[in-house]
Amino acid sequence: MARIIVVTSGKGGVGKTTTSAALAMGLALKGHRTAVIDFDVGLRNLDLIMGCERRVVYDFVNVINGEATLNQALIKDKRCDKLFILPASQTRDKESLTVEGVGKVLEDLSKDFEYIVCDSPAGIEKGATLAMYYADDAIVVTNPEVSSVRDSDRMLGILSSKSRRAELGDEPIKEYLLLTRYCPQRVKLGEMLSVEDVQDILSLHLLGVIPESKAVLTASNAGIPVILDDKSDAGQAFSDVVRRYLGEHVTHRFIELEKKGLFNRLFGG
Amino acid sequence: MPATHSETEKLSNAFEIKSGPVNLPLLKLLSTDVGAISAQLRQKIRQAPDFFRNAPMAIDVHSIAEAAGEIDFIALVRIMRDFGLTPVGLCGGHERHNQAAQVVGLSVLSLARHETPPPQAQPAETPKPKTPPEEMRSKIIEHPVRSGQRIYVAGGDLVVMSQVSAGAEIMADGNIHVYGTLRGRALAGVQGNLNCRIFCHDLQAELVSVGGHYKISENIDDSLRGVPVQIFLQDQSLIIKRL
Repeated sequence: MARIIVVTSGKGGVGKTTTSAALAMGLALKGHRTAVIDFDVGLRNLDLIMGCERRVVYDFVNVINGEATLNQALIKDKRCDKLFILPASQTRDKESLTVEGVGKVLEDLSKDFEYIVCDSPAGIEKGATLAMYYADDAIVVTNPEVSSVRDSDRMLGILSSKSRRAELGDEPIKEYLLLTRYCPQRVKLGEMLSVEDVQDILSLHLLGVIPESKAVLTASNAGIPVILDDKSDAGQAFSDVVRRYLGEHVTHRFIELEKKGLFNRLFGG
Repeated sequence: MPATHSETEKLSNAFEIKSGPVNLPLLKLLSTDVGAISAQLRQKIRQAPDFFRNAPMAIDVHSIAEAAGEIDFIALVRIMRDFGLTPVGLCGGHERHNQAAQVVGLSVLSLARHETPPPQAQPAETPKPKTPPEEMRSKIIEHPVRSGQRIYVAGGDLVVMSQVSAGAEIMADGNIHVYGTLRGRALAGVQGNLNCRIFCHDLQAELVSVGGHYKISENIDDSLRGVPVQIFLQDQSLIIKRL
């Protein structure tokens, strides 16, 4: 049985798709067969971030409607043969998704894969609630600012009451906090919430902190999951996240302001 | 006042009897067919299970003609209880209905708009049916109450062992205890019980209310924020006191 992970947030633009792509790639690179599904029907993005937009033939909705088989719709990643992408449909809307349809696709995928990453759309409407409905684990992506934190809190409420696990009275979904676009300088200046501030409000297990980084935009535009950019801080932070998710103990990085070396101090940095 | 107070003033009052407006949902019967009522009630409750959970409800038989067949109150009350409702009384009934209802422990209520109050049913209504001691209605929540969630405890206290987030709402007919940080709204004594209190470990609430008297965040003194407090009513005003 596969472990189903939903990457969610409530608020848009906080880094869900970037996280889904990086996490899925990271799990696959560790040797786990992983599928990543774009639940943002009508606003397809994951294919761009994964760099497979020119290879999309069939999509998630086609599979739900029985117009294509899973094998026809899944796109194998060119960089890692353990990773498969199930793109969203661009020409439909979220109403095309049904509880039964999504359930069937996840059940079929579960036979073949170890991890299924569900990239949730923003909002708390149908696409988002279906993305999390079958989840075993939830990664709540949050930016260090008040509106994002509150939306995450709302999403956590929905996770604990409207998921299948909640409805069946099973063990609740495991919830993790991923703080993205973090900028220690701005925290120090009091312009941004700190890790502690966010933790104080959400009280969740912290999976990692991804620093604000130019590498993320560059990677997105190039269609390369940022985790593959192992020179960048964001790429390394995502690698840490994957290792932590898999149970390794990895110390948190990128939370504190880095001390400038003598060289930097003399010549400006 | 005439000088009859000598005796009454000696004792501090243990209670008062007052008439107060109480909003009670009515189950207005249009048929005496308990099977049909049961089926339709089930559907109705499925639409809003939280709203109906433990809701007190009176049975209104206004529209049932006297000549119509008997109403099986025993079955009806059992069905309502099975659905989680609390049937409390009967209104708009004829003498025959009232007697049958009292047999199953329903009190006979009179509606304010009722033109002809049932002649002698009034005095007979007061002896409350002997119900077995109510099971504990209080509720303990051990997980965080998140933004957008609402929790209401009818007829009891609410104890939250974790935090209550901004944008969440917790309500109880009785007292409220929060052992984490209270950032959302807390309303105690929502049915008008002015003696209820709110206790919290760390007050950062958006709104607190006891028996309908409320204070919003802006009106809470800064020295009381972030500390353990209790909140209660004294002479019609809401007091927040450090614990």
